[in-house]
Formats: sequence, structure tokens, C-alpha cells
Amino acid sequence: MDTITKMAVINSTKVLPSDVIIKLYESKADVMIKETCFGVMVSGERQVVDKLLSEIRKMDPYGIFIKERGFVPGEPHRCRATRRGGARPGFHMLETEDKLLPHIASALRALDKGEVPPKKQLKKKLDIEKLKQIINEAEVS
Amino acid sequence: MKVFIYPTNSLILSDLVERFGHEPLAIMQEISKKVRTQGLDSPPLNITPEDPKFGLKYAAVEVPSGVRGRMSLFDPLISKADAAIIVRDPVVAFGCMGCARTNELVNFLIRAKKIPMLDLDYPTSEEDAKEFVFKISEFLKSLKPAAAK
Repeated sequence: MDTITKMAVINSTKVLPSDVIIKLYESKADVMIKETCFGVMVSGERQVVDKLLSEIRKMDPYGIFIKERGFVPGEPHRCRATRRGGARPGFHMLETEDKLLPHIASALRALDKGEVPPKKQLKKKLDIEKLKQIINEAEVS
Repeated sequence: MKVFIYPTNSLILSDLVERFGHEPLAIMQEISKKVRTQGLDSPPLNITPEDPKFGLKYAAVEVPSGVRGRMSLFDPLISKADAAIIVRDPVVAFGCMGCARTNELVNFLIRAKKIPMLDLDYPTSEEDAKEFVFKISEFLKSLKPAAAK
């Protein structure tokens, strides 16, 4: 039996973690659920969790992002309640990426509409001959 | 296909790879195995003296044990990877020398494996994000879909 924990990070204008929690309770699945400030954490058998979260994603496909988590919800070595506060390991990564989620959501929306972003021209590195020319010109004779 | 992601704990990359029908290879899976193993020797991470030995596959004995310990976690991910999505120099991956050297080594090993690879930068604007997601979707579409578990 393969047990996993997944976290759903919610960055949506129409869905709140509390809405997701209610939906999860309604499913009556045999999983452990925790509501957090950023979304929810679900722990249980892999197949059950995957199926449940794919349903949850449908609530707002562009606003719910899911990844696996190593530790179960409330793990005493990681939980801030037992570690006397402070950022839990992994918080900074989550915080950094959370800021990008609105951009990613609009990019996914654009992708579904079939938009193709224009190709950006990469900046060429300075040519060595050009650099030599600049040095020669700048040299005080 | 199994797609290695870097940063290895990235929410965005992990989500996008799964969204487009592939299996992300993230460090969380390995952490999970270490944490859930029965009879932990050194909780919360069951890093035992045996683990740095796995790291010897990649780094010499005089390399700090931190690098070898980290490599023992990365080992299963690197060996299973069929493709890779790498974000270049993510600011959030900045850390101690152990982290920095491990990151360099992981990037080198993935490149040396000669598997299909996509190099990107983290987006900073909406336009960049569109390009970021588009490139990832095109890359993942070009790979074979993941087999059902």
C-alpha cells in the first residue's frame, strides 16, 4: 500500500481552502485532510489521493496547483506547533513560487486558448573584435 | 515518461509536468520514503551512515559528507530520469556550499546523461510566464506519455 501526501496550493479568485475542504469531506474518502493558509494537504493511499485531487483541480483548473509532500500533515518534526514557530522547511520555496502562480495561471489560460507567445530574441554576447575596438578607441594616446 | 525537475521541490514544475501527463521526479518522493520507513534510526530524516556511501557513486570520499548525503537522495531521481526540465540559477536554491556543490553536481550529471532536456529561466512577468508554460507544454508533448501506475 503506497501512502502519499499531496498539497494543493490555492491561488484562485473563486475557490477558498474552506470550499475545497468541504468538497473533500463530501467525498467521504479514507484520507487525512488539513486546511492551511495556502490551501490543503491530503494524505492517504496514492490512487485515492490522486483521484480526489484531480476532482478538486476541476473546481478551478487555473487556480489550484498540486505537488507531492514528503511529510504527513502535523508531522511533529516539521510542524511549527511543536518546533516553537519559525518558517517550516520548504516555506521559502512555496512563498517564492506562490508569487508567480497568477502569471502561470494566465499563461495556462492563454495556452488553452491556443495563443503562441512571440519568440524573444536572445541577447548576443559582445563580440571579441568589437570589444577590442572599444578598448582601442578608449585608450588615451 | 519520468521527468526530472530542478529545483527538485518546485511546485510549478511538479504541477505542470503532472498536468501535461507525465510523472515528475521530485525530491519530496525520496523524502517521503525516508520519513515513512518503519523504525527510523535518526528521525525526522532517516539518513544513516549507509547513505553517504551511496553518494560515493558520484563524489569522492574527501568531498564533504553533506554533498554525499544529499546525493544519496538525488541518486534514485537521476537514475530514473528519462527527461529533465531545468530552471537556470533559481534564486531560491541559494544556500550553503553543500547545497551549491550538490546543485552543480546534479546539473552536471543530468547534462552528462544526454537525455531530452529543457533549460529555462523563472518567469518574472506575465509575458515570460506565457513563454515558460508554452515551452514546457511543447517539450512535454514531444515526449512519450507516462505509463499508468
